[in-house]
Amino acid sequence: MSKIIGLTGDEAVAYAAKQSNVDVVAAYPITPQTIMVEAFSEYVHNGEVNTEFVCVESEHSAMSACIGSSLAGARVFTATASQGLALMHEMLYIASGLRCPVVMGVANRALSAPINIHGDHSDMMGSRDCGWIQIYAENAQEAYDWMIQAFKVAEDHDVLLPVTVNLDGFILSHSMEGVEVLEDEEISKFLSTRKPFLSIDPDKPITIGALCLTDYYFELKLQQVDAMRKSSEVIQKVNKEYMNLTNRSYDLIETYGMKDADAAIICLGSTAGTTKAVAKKLRDEGEKVGVIKLWVYRPFPADEILEAVKKLKALAVLDRSCSFGAPYGPLCSDILPSLYKDGRELKVFNGVYGLGGRDITPFDIEAVFNEALEVAKTGIVKEPLKFIGVRD
Amino acid sequence: MELSDADKPGWKSIPIGGMLLEPGSAMKYKTGDWRAFRPIIDEAKCINCLLCWIYCPDAAISRREKVVAVSYDYCKGCGICANECPKDAITMVEERR
Repeated sequence: MSKIIGLTGDEAVAYAAKQSNVDVVAAYPITPQTIMVEAFSEYVHNGEVNTEFVCVESEHSAMSACIGSSLAGARVFTATASQGLALMHEMLYIASGLRCPVVMGVANRALSAPINIHGDHSDMMGSRDCGWIQIYAENAQEAYDWMIQAFKVAEDHDVLLPVTVNLDGFILSHSMEGVEVLEDEEISKFLSTRKPFLSIDPDKPITIGALCLTDYYFELKLQQVDAMRKSSEVIQKVNKEYMNLTNRSYDLIETYGMKDADAAIICLGSTAGTTKAVAKKLRDEGEKVGVIKLWVYRPFPADEILEAVKKLKALAVLDRSCSFGAPYGPLCSDILPSLYKDGRELKVFNGVYGLGGRDITPFDIEAVFNEALEVAKTGIVKEPLKFIGVRD
Repeated sequence: MELSDADKPGWKSIPIGGMLLEPGSAMKYKTGDWRAFRPIIDEAKCINCLLCWIYCPDAAISRREKVVAVSYDYCKGCGICANECPKDAITMVEERR
């Protein structure tokens, strides 16, 4: 039977990793992810887990150790944020390229300079093309639930890709919530011991990480493209199994009020919670507004989004990171070409918000909804890219 | 004969992650043509001390009964053997191709 315990977002991630019976954790603490590593090292100290905990000297080494352990067949967890993720950058590509099903908690934080410890998505978006499955949680419960599902998705032999579970720095990482957790035995049943694709056997030597030039590299990248495509279905399959266990329903995206909405906001992470609350208020006042929350950002759920915006007239895309010099923020840059897929004439505008942890308030979101409703009515987008909540 | 790129297996039929599931594939990759300088062993000077055999990073020196020999299929011409030889029995001679 499930029980509810008080956990911060970071603690929920560490608790899920503990229950997932990980073999190896190699990690380095960085704000606002530190609690994940701290909480886990406490489990190790107390003898609550059978995990090899590797204290490394940097995030680059952390990911390197994770890759080695994963290739040896271990279930591996690590966590980082911001500059730590940036320092890991080159190893992220090696983890995905060598098909290591590592699961990583990321407490999203702004990137320096200037140095800032608060939440935005610049860190993960800076590494968005690293070949990892990328999931964004709205609250601590979702962080916990996705962590457990992430191992099952990553280790599926049709996938074999690493996964990040992202949660907004401080807003989620440090906020305590009641989190409904499963019993250890239920999770052991849901997540059986990892069955490695390869085993390290001295009698059958293999080579990993060999040089691969013009004649094979491209084929190996296509394998990653294919695994990423297949992962959508695997994620949805795992979501169903998890729902049978918990009665909590997950998917690639979550929609609210989209059946009859004229105007909607699409966003990631904790902002989706505020946005749903504002949408509810506006719907109670008779406005036809909706919300699309992306749980899964990579693989990008373009078809699910297209289905959700079928009857929509105006869509506001909220990005919590900035792609300097690009026409739009990263999320909007994925949405627009997806809409072109079937020649949809949906009016879209992009709002970049919350950089460096700047709060986005219900008033800010209501203003975005009002603008989207205006666009839905007139069909005219006055400002395709706007910056929300910043001083002139 | 090596296959042309177009005839090599496609993405569906090669192991994932670029892994090589059989050992010994480096044997098939002849790196001797990278060489700009060729080590020539003066067999009269060689005392078979095997320092070159130990130092060679490509395992391109082979042991024989009285003197060592170089495998020119794999020797990249780095010159470490010539540098380490205590009897100056190895000379690096520019390749003329």
